[in-house]
Amino acid sequence: MELFAQQVLNGLVTGSVYSLVALGLTLIYGTMQVPNFAHGQLFMLGAYLAYAVTRAGLHYWIALVVAVVAVAIIGVALERLVFRPLRNAPHLNSMIAALGVMLFLEATAQNIWGEEFRHMDSPYRGVVSVLGLLVTSHRLILIGAAAALMTALLFFLTRTVAGSAIRATAQNPDGALLVGIDTNRMAMMTFAISAALAAFAGVLIAPISLVYPSMGVMITLKGFVIVVLGGMGSVPGALIGGYLLAIAESLGGTYVSATYQDLVAFVLLALIFTFKPTGLFREAV
Amino acid sequence: MTLLETRGLSKSFGGLRAVDGVDFAVTAGSITGIIGPNGAGKTTFFNLISRALPPTSGTIVFDGADVTPLPAHRVARRGMSRTFQATTLFADATAIENVLVGYRQRTRSGLFDAMVRSPRLAREERDADAAAREALATADLAAAADRPAKSLTQEQQKRLAMAVALVSRPKMLLLDEPFAGINANQTRGLMALIESISASGITILLIEHQMQVVMQLCRRIMVLDYGKRIAEGTPEEIRNDPAVLDAYLGGHA
Amino acid sequence: MRRALPSIALGVAALLPLALRNEYYLQILTQAYVLAISACGLNVILGLAGQLSLAHSAFFGIGAYAVALLATKAGVPFWGGLPAGVLLCGAVGFVIGSICLRSRGHYFAIFTLAVGIIIHLVIQKWESLTHGHIGVIGIPGPGPLGPIAFDSSVARSYLALFFLALTVAATARLVRSPVGRTLMAVRESEALAAAVGIDVMAAKRMAFTISAALAGLAGGLFAGFIGFLGPEAANVEMTFNTLLYVMVGGIGSLSGPVAGTFIVYGLSQVLAVLQQFQMVIFGLALVLLILFMPSGLAGAWKAFGRRPVRRSLGGGGGLGEGVVR
Repeated sequence: MELFAQQVLNGLVTGSVYSLVALGLTLIYGTMQVPNFAHGQLFMLGAYLAYAVTRAGLHYWIALVVAVVAVAIIGVALERLVFRPLRNAPHLNSMIAALGVMLFLEATAQNIWGEEFRHMDSPYRGVVSVLGLLVTSHRLILIGAAAALMTALLFFLTRTVAGSAIRATAQNPDGALLVGIDTNRMAMMTFAISAALAAFAGVLIAPISLVYPSMGVMITLKGFVIVVLGGMGSVPGALIGGYLLAIAESLGGTYVSATYQDLVAFVLLALIFTFKPTGLFREAV
Repeated sequence: MTLLETRGLSKSFGGLRAVDGVDFAVTAGSITGIIGPNGAGKTTFFNLISRALPPTSGTIVFDGADVTPLPAHRVARRGMSRTFQATTLFADATAIENVLVGYRQRTRSGLFDAMVRSPRLAREERDADAAAREALATADLAAAADRPAKSLTQEQQKRLAMAVALVSRPKMLLLDEPFAGINANQTRGLMALIESISASGITILLIEHQMQVVMQLCRRIMVLDYGKRIAEGTPEEIRNDPAVLDAYLGGHA
Repeated sequence: MRRALPSIALGVAALLPLALRNEYYLQILTQAYVLAISACGLNVILGLAGQLSLAHSAFFGIGAYAVALLATKAGVPFWGGLPAGVLLCGAVGFVIGSICLRSRGHYFAIFTLAVGIIIHLVIQKWESLTHGHIGVIGIPGPGPLGPIAFDSSVARSYLALFFLALTVAATARLVRSPVGRTLMAVRESEALAAAVGIDVMAAKRMAFTISAALAGLAGGLFAGFIGFLGPEAANVEMTFNTLLYVMVGGIGSLSGPVAGTFIVYGLSQVLAVLQQFQMVIFGLALVLLILFMPSGLAGAWKAFGRRPVRRSLGGGGGLGEGVVR
């Protein structure tokens, strides 16, 4: 029972990260109309930048802010320089561009920081007892911080005009355009938010999972699984899906096979697409 | 003889009933029109009978066979060709290449023939070329055969789309607003073309907004409004039908 | 002039192995030929049929492991393993294609990416079959065919060139046939293709199967020539490299994949000092290409050509255009 509870807790930790990443991915899908293959690299960059800032002696939370802001700016730059010019080109072009950005960012990180796994310290190193389980404080902070950010984001998306516009654009870009929403501004804002979410997640998980160049690839793919599970453009779908996948992975890895734990996400994706070629929530025409 | 018949044909998109229980029959060899206010479901109806879209309910019987469960390409192979409201062509390919694609369903050669350059391939390519040139000539596009489709004028593209639809020698041709966006001269030319196609034995079903054209060309007309069939009959009958007048004049576009 | 180009290129290529005395450069040349075959394969599904399959490297890996495992575990010589690998890839491609191709556009890309990763992970983790990370060693190269032996680097180079020439010739015949036109039609407009009676699913699946088989051919040659093999052969990174080769040369063009492979792979090997920055440059190149030269070199070549290219089906129609609306 304790093992089970432990795995569920692990699932919550990983799920927080997955959900943040998936949220960013799902919001951006509406703007870009194509899957952002480079999303995981923004996650990775967030982790690396925070790492660099803490190495320079600054506090973890300052590093977080710096990383998130910097990556948000990178996201906006990507939107303006790469994806906006391709908006009217066939979707294939945007997909290839995203792949190019992905390769570029990952390789750049590798050149700057090397291939080794880097260790980043969290100021919350203690161990706490929760319901009989031993948890490192950082994990609790992670769950809490992620939840706080998600709440703030949900508030922004549902209670503010800008947020509603973003949600509208994510769900139906043509419709949004028709009702007069400035899609250019929306695109930049969405990219900024999406990138920020990814970076935030990266900084949160960095002290636990270590920082390495290829940490982005897997997270993008798992992000896709979640978004397909929950529906492209669906915020609740991304939120719930993230936690669900993480718990499934955690339990699967413990009770089924540790070796093939990574496969859970992809097999899930393959299964979904096999039986529903348009994803779970897209309406078949 | 009835070439096409729909019974209770319906299509819903979520809560919206785009086509609602339409019963319709087309006599072989005729020119039949479908009219109705904007958003009446005319193009959706076309998409249903050509099976570009799956119906929510109802049946479609084409040339004596129930084609309701078939995919679009099978219906096309049974002799139903169509054009699209927004003229759809293979933009970068030349005019003749476009028509050759239209002819494809009349050929049998496959990958193996392609690899070994079989005699069947050579023969079919010759036949295809001849048929394509003939179709282009009928559409008065012989001179434009080797020009990319995207370089043609809009009106030429419309004629090309018709040539593509005709080269497969269909039994029935669906035309979706062929007269949109062309001038009076071109309209006369297109009317003559459609009449000559009909004279060659092909049944024509036509969606169109321009009333004069419809009244002149069509022997029978069906009127759709909000997805429902509200009238069906000769141009005379339709012209005087109160339901039709109401649909067009009473309240919506 | 343009017509004579392939023959000239072939002539030059035929002389290259003899001119290149350096063993190292010879092996690079052979490897380039093999990778070009894989690029031609990707071009069939991506350039001709217009579907972004990201599972390509998985088939390269399957082809390679087929040769490797049949040889080391069952004693099957190279000339048995190679066709077996190609057929296996074709069969697996047919099945995977039947499932994945029901998804369109981005969903298809993600689905194939997932499939590619699954296959890579399986190869990596199924240690009892594939030896996992350790890989397979001692893979025998191609044995003699009649009087011709393939032990020397020069002979292997010619062998690879032979298969490449065969691949390009087959692709050319495909493009200039009704089947090729069908694929182009499916690429440009599935709705119109279906409306004229083309079975879109069957066409896409055929293209996918062909591309899988060609990737398998390349993989098999790779295994036989190198002699040892690890799971990296099925790594997704190889798909991205191949994508870059095809993009540089010109998606959809006949010679593009070959030219692109030679230029990009050749440069990356010859300018070894760039090794560290390879992926940085590759990624940047991909983005710049898609922004400014989506038709690749083939497109630029056409733009400079004095005569419009006749009957240019699938000939670098470029990624910037779409259906006339």
